[in-house]
Amino acid sequence: MRQTVVAVGMSGGVDSSVAAALLVEQGYSVIGIMLRLWSEPGQEDSNRCCTPDAMAQARRVAAKLGIPFYALNAQKKFHDIVVQNFIEGYSSSLTPNPCLDCNQFIRWGHLMRFAEDLGATKFATGHYARLRSINGNTFLLRAKDDQKDQSYVLSVLPQEKLQKTILPVGEYTKTEVREIAHRFGLSVAERQESQDLCFLAGKDYRQFLQRHTTKVVEPGKIENSKGEVLGEHQGLGFYTIGQRKGLGLSTSRPMYVIEKRAQDNLLVVGEGHELGNNYLLAHLATWIGREPPTPQFRAEVKIRYKATFAPGLINVLDKDRFEVKFDYVARDITPGQRVVIYDGEFVVGGGTIQSSKNLG
Amino acid sequence: MIGDRIYLDYAATTPVDEQVMAKMTPYFRDYFGNPSSSHFYGQKAETAVEDAREIVARCLGSSESEIVFTSGGSESDNLAIRGVGLAKLEKKGANRILTTPVEHHAVLHTVIQLAQYFGFMIEFLPVDSTGMVDLDDLRAFLRDDVALVSIIYANNEIGTVNPIEEIGKLCRERNIPFHTDAVQAAAHLSMISVSTYADLVSIGAHKFYGPKGVGALFIKNGVELIPVQTGGGQEFGYRAGTQNTPYIVGLAAALTLTQSDIQKRATQSQYLRDRIINGVLADVPKSRLTGHPHIRLPNHASFAFKNVDGNKLLMMLDSAGYACSSGSACKVGDPKPSDVLEAIGLSPAWAFGSLRVTVGVHTTVDEVDRFLKTLPELVQKARAAG
Repeated sequence: MRQTVVAVGMSGGVDSSVAAALLVEQGYSVIGIMLRLWSEPGQEDSNRCCTPDAMAQARRVAAKLGIPFYALNAQKKFHDIVVQNFIEGYSSSLTPNPCLDCNQFIRWGHLMRFAEDLGATKFATGHYARLRSINGNTFLLRAKDDQKDQSYVLSVLPQEKLQKTILPVGEYTKTEVREIAHRFGLSVAERQESQDLCFLAGKDYRQFLQRHTTKVVEPGKIENSKGEVLGEHQGLGFYTIGQRKGLGLSTSRPMYVIEKRAQDNLLVVGEGHELGNNYLLAHLATWIGREPPTPQFRAEVKIRYKATFAPGLINVLDKDRFEVKFDYVARDITPGQRVVIYDGEFVVGGGTIQSSKNLG
Repeated sequence: MIGDRIYLDYAATTPVDEQVMAKMTPYFRDYFGNPSSSHFYGQKAETAVEDAREIVARCLGSSESEIVFTSGGSESDNLAIRGVGLAKLEKKGANRILTTPVEHHAVLHTVIQLAQYFGFMIEFLPVDSTGMVDLDDLRAFLRDDVALVSIIYANNEIGTVNPIEEIGKLCRERNIPFHTDAVQAAAHLSMISVSTYADLVSIGAHKFYGPKGVGALFIKNGVELIPVQTGGGQEFGYRAGTQNTPYIVGLAAALTLTQSDIQKRATQSQYLRDRIINGVLADVPKSRLTGHPHIRLPNHASFAFKNVDGNKLLMMLDSAGYACSSGSACKVGDPKPSDVLEAIGLSPAWAFGSLRVTVGVHTTVDEVDRFLKTLPELVQKARAAG
């Protein structure tokens, strides 16, 4: 019988290198592929996800493992989908998470299709999360290492794609992964763990937006919740919910962004006690098991990648939408971010936050 | 693994011939001396280098004093262009370099550097849609302030062979040094009379079953040239550095093997080449041949496929076990259409989808047929993948 061919998305970092090494050890026929992502013209070599150094590193790892390695150009696709969604999101006063789009459309889209064209039937990455097959469905679980868990950014993957996916390093802690790298004689060098977006090259997203769209830079009023005008904002795209610094207000108490009202181009600020909501409405729902478990259930949710788990009641409204009633007030529920629902270790599904409010 | 694979990239490089290997081997350990040393060891090595020079000279129809060994085709190109350019600038003030837009980068980038740092003017001769230079154009461009003409003998990407003999004669009439990059040509065309019409000829051993890292430059007696690499005065002072004896022996052995068998080899490769060209054009929709339909290297087939990512196609071919090349080949995922494909007027829709298939002495009809059977489906996939 022919060996199963697995394509591994490589980054040159320790996690995907170990993923590739483990698959080789498990007897798969492995192909390493690295994506070339988009950067602003003139900044081509500074995309954190694919610097020339990282590419050389990945190529060396592939050579050491004796697997073929290819660099796939995804610059146009990345720009047209991920960067455009990012710009459009901010232009509609949302705070998008481009990494989720990248996973859904570039890694598990463009890259996975290419891997299949090369003859691969499985696709692997160095993400920290686990997969379990139960009754023909593949479920997504939190990583063994809680500190490294990346199940949040994989929650957008549909069932068909999860079934073709292997996540070798999710079964190990970061320390164990480093030990495995050592055992294989692989470099344990890694990218600086960073919340920065790869295509911003470490620079501020606000300047990026100014260069790429005119919509976010439309100044408008800053009001408090009573409707009193306190000042002027530079454009809603420059602010996030919960932000305190850089508002340019001279008030006696610290003020926080509590709402971005796009239709009025209005930035609403308030004092600390006004910040926080205990209800959110999400749309673009996806369910790992294709359907929600029940119309209404209790669960823990994450309202952004690095948020802590918050308990609440999920109420499924229709195919596309659900609402979450939190047990406690959450301070930074941000429209545009993904809310991901967990049942213990298991990812249940998720949706994109549309709005939030305080039910009191 | 390697047994299942089919190598169709002989224009990139070739495996070293076994007879060549055998000739090289003693010079690594038994006769390892420095050719410049006066003792026994040195004399053995010197003899080998000078024998090699004699063999190469015979293959190029030149005298031994006209052959300089280098580290390869690129160095030969650099030495010819920079060396003659700088000599001319000093002596005569001629500062124009006449070349074509379809040169190998070893020529193009050297010429560009001369323009950037030494005040040279570059003039690009027009080429037609097959990448060939027109003699009437050349006549119009040849003026007294031209320091050097450099025109590729046979194009590495699209296979087209230029009328080098006629070009050389025109240059000689005007007494302007003429360099040709014959790195591809020397593997497939007879070089016996090249010295009668060219003043500088670059070759590299690994294109004709010799080792990588060794080449030669023919420099016609009387052509003035300033050395690029200075030092101990080896190679008539044109190229300093202890000669790489085993590799120079290998170059000579490989060149003489190839050149003495050139007609037979050409006939065999041409059969395979034409089988590839006919098969691909018949079975792959929206495909075309790049380069000249018949005035081309006998082992060289090159294509463009509309709306295909050539880079992706190469990777798919590699995964299926076929090693080919592309004009936009890129190992870091940032492909650009090559200068050559742009120069012959291919639009981006075609230029990104280039494929080069080159055969060699080990290529079989069966291998070609397996390739032809696989390719159409992969092109279709690469097209759909977008």
